[in-house]
Parts: sequence; structure tokens; C-alpha cells
Amino acid sequence: HCRMGQEERTSGGGLSTTILAIEFDGGVVLGSDSRVSAGASVVNRVMNKLSQLHDKIYCALSGSAADAQTIAEVVNYQLDVHSMEIGEDPQVRSAATLVRNISYKYKEELSAHLIVAGWDRRKGGQVYATLNGLLTRQPFAVGGSGSSYVYGFVDAEYRKGMSKEECQKFVVSTLSLAMNRDGSSGGVAYLVTIDEHCTEEKVILGNDLPTFYDQPPKYP
Amino acid sequence: MEKRCLDAQFKGVSTGVSKYNALNHHFYVSSKTINKVIQVHDRIFCCMAGSLADAQAVLKTAKFHLSFHSVQMESSPQVIAAASVLKELCYKNKDELQAGFITAGWDRKKGPQIYVVSLGGMLIKQEVTIGGSGSTYIYGYVDAKYRPNMSREECLQFATNALALAMGRDNVSGGVAHLVVITESGAEHTVVPGDKLPKFHDE
Repeated sequence: HCRMGQEERTSGGGLSTTILAIEFDGGVVLGSDSRVSAGASVVNRVMNKLSQLHDKIYCALSGSAADAQTIAEVVNYQLDVHSMEIGEDPQVRSAATLVRNISYKYKEELSAHLIVAGWDRRKGGQVYATLNGLLTRQPFAVGGSGSSYVYGFVDAEYRKGMSKEECQKFVVSTLSLAMNRDGSSGGVAYLVTIDEHCTEEKVILGNDLPTFYDQPPKYP
Repeated sequence: MEKRCLDAQFKGVSTGVSKYNALNHHFYVSSKTINKVIQVHDRIFCCMAGSLADAQAVLKTAKFHLSFHSVQMESSPQVIAAASVLKELCYKNKDELQAGFITAGWDRKKGPQIYVVSLGGMLIKQEVTIGGSGSTYIYGYVDAKYRPNMSREECLQFATNALALAMGRDNVSGGVAHLVVITESGAEHTVVPGDKLPKFHDE
């Protein structure tokens, strides 16, 4: 079975993935790596772990690949139904609640952590963590096995009131650092930026990621 | 017996350690102020990690070997000599021991140096290194923020920040921070209590 990274559940910290989401004034930025491993093999090196739940709501997947994708698909369906019932775009909190309900009800059977982030008219950009069935709104959230290595970095570097470009840079740097240290994270970086006007998906290839003091210079 | 240990090299070496001694299975803090940076010679210090009982025993033996060695050589020991002594002990007794070390110091031949002796007895030289349970949380920070050839103040600030971040995330690191700066002119030890450490956005 394929895993995309999992946090504290398994002893020794889990497997692949680094995911994060951060809120800025007017929207959110989500980021993920692209590695899916089954044991010691990488079975997919370009997987996009940022899954769309609705026009302006995305979620970042980590943990068991099958569990996470299934949760995302089910919530996508439930959100469609819900948004038809209320006649307007759903709130980010609603999407996060739907994810949380599944994570909590089936917490013994499932092992996946989804970070839900998006923009809605009422509260602007929001990021929700749903680990183990809790629901909490945070200014930013990190997840997956690679996240352990960057807690210090995000604690030090996060500032309130960053602009959209600063947030994107922050996400890319964090992903790059985590991918360098975590054996289970790697590949390319996927970025999704959601604000009132547009939803932008971007891929940053390996040689365009920032490098740090102990790495050889990037390819020309 | 978890802890955090960090070394960064400037023209001297600054060694930082954070103190918490917790018996794992019961999560009991037996002491909040243990010093895990031990002086093995005038300008050579070692940070302990892993089982502190094992680490203390190894360091005691190593100190003896090192002072004997320095009498034989009729000069101060080199930093690599101290690290090698630790490595021999850790490697030969790898089945019984669970201790890792960061050896840092200054000698006349090669100036400031940092050596890591890992759990199984591997010895490598590095410019900057971190260890202990809390170190996983600051790999990203250290990778991003370390620059070669920082000044003494920048190095101290870097070490203090890194320790504070790790202590903020690791449940078995905390208490006070011990910092040692080793240069050609000697070694200086400062203690920074937890409430004087830098605070970050969520505190």
C-alpha cells in the first residue's frame, strides 16, 4: 500500500510527504511535495497532493494515499450537494467540518491527515487542520513526515501580515528544506494560491527550488 | 534522557545545549538544569546525547585517556584526538552503549573544529551540527539560516535561536540553555534561563 506521509500515529514519525498551508490577507497558499513511496520504493515522483474540493477550497493530502484520496473524493461530492442545497459557494469551514467528520468517525480505520484551506466571502482566507479528527483554524499548518524538520523554521520565519508573494516564497522555502532532509519527501513542489479573484496552480521543478549552504549550485 | 545540542563554527566554536532530563517511560522530569556540555580539556568540550548514564561513563573514561595522551605528547591534545577517543569507545562497545557526542574545540594545529560521534561510532567533521531528540525540529531552520564565517555574536544568536525553537517544540527539551564559546584565548560558559530565550510568533 502506498503512503504519502503520516504524522505521530506510527512510532518513529511516519513516512512520506511534506504539506503546508498558510493564510495571507485575502487568501491562502497551499504547498506540497510530490513523492509517493511504498516501503523503500518511490512509486510516483510527481504526484499532486493538492486536491480540489470546490472552486476556492483545496485540501492537502498526507498519510495513506488511498485513505486520503478517498476522503477528498467523498468530501468533494458532499460539498457539491451542500452547495446546491444552500444555493451559493460553501464556506471553507464547512469543507473542513466534512473532512473532520469522516476523520473522526473512522479514526481507527483510516490513517490520513488533510489540511483544508481556501477562500470564502465571509471570512476570507482560512486554513484548517483536521489531524486525528480535531478541527482547528490556524494561521498556517504543516503536516506529513517532512514537517518535523521544519517546525523550527516556520516558527522562526512566520510573521503575521505577509503579502501573497512573501507567503509563496515562504511555502517554497519550507518545502525545499523539508524535501532536503526528509527521505520520504521529494520531487517537485506544487503550489496553489487561492484568493478572491483567482485560483492559481503552479509547479516548481526540482532545479528551480531554492538551495542552501551545503548544496552544490543549481543547474545553469 | 533527551536533549538538544548544537554547534556552529565561527573563528571559535559556540556550543549550545538545552537541559531537560526526562525518564522516558514515565515522562518525569528528574532535573531541569543538568549541564550536558562537559569540558574534557582546556579548549575541548563535549555535548552528550542519548542515555546520559552511558554518556557520562564514556566521557569519564575519555577524559582520562585524553589527559594521559596529552602528557605523552607533551602538548595540548588536538580536537580530533578527543573525538577519536570517544569514537573508539562508542564503536568498540556499540552493543552496550547508547550515547552520541558532539566534540568541539580549538587547537593550535587546525583552529576551531567540530566533530560528531554518532550512536554506532561514526566520526565525521562538520561546520555546523545538531543532535538529540529536539534536533529534528530545527533541521530546516539550521539549513536555512546557517552561513559560513559568521561572527561570534551572529553565531551565538543563531545557536540561541535554534535552541529556543527546538525547546518550543520538543516536549523533552527545555529548562535552561547552556552556551560555551571556545576560542584561541579560552572557553566561556554562559547559562540562559528559559524565560530569557528569544520568543517566536506563537508564544
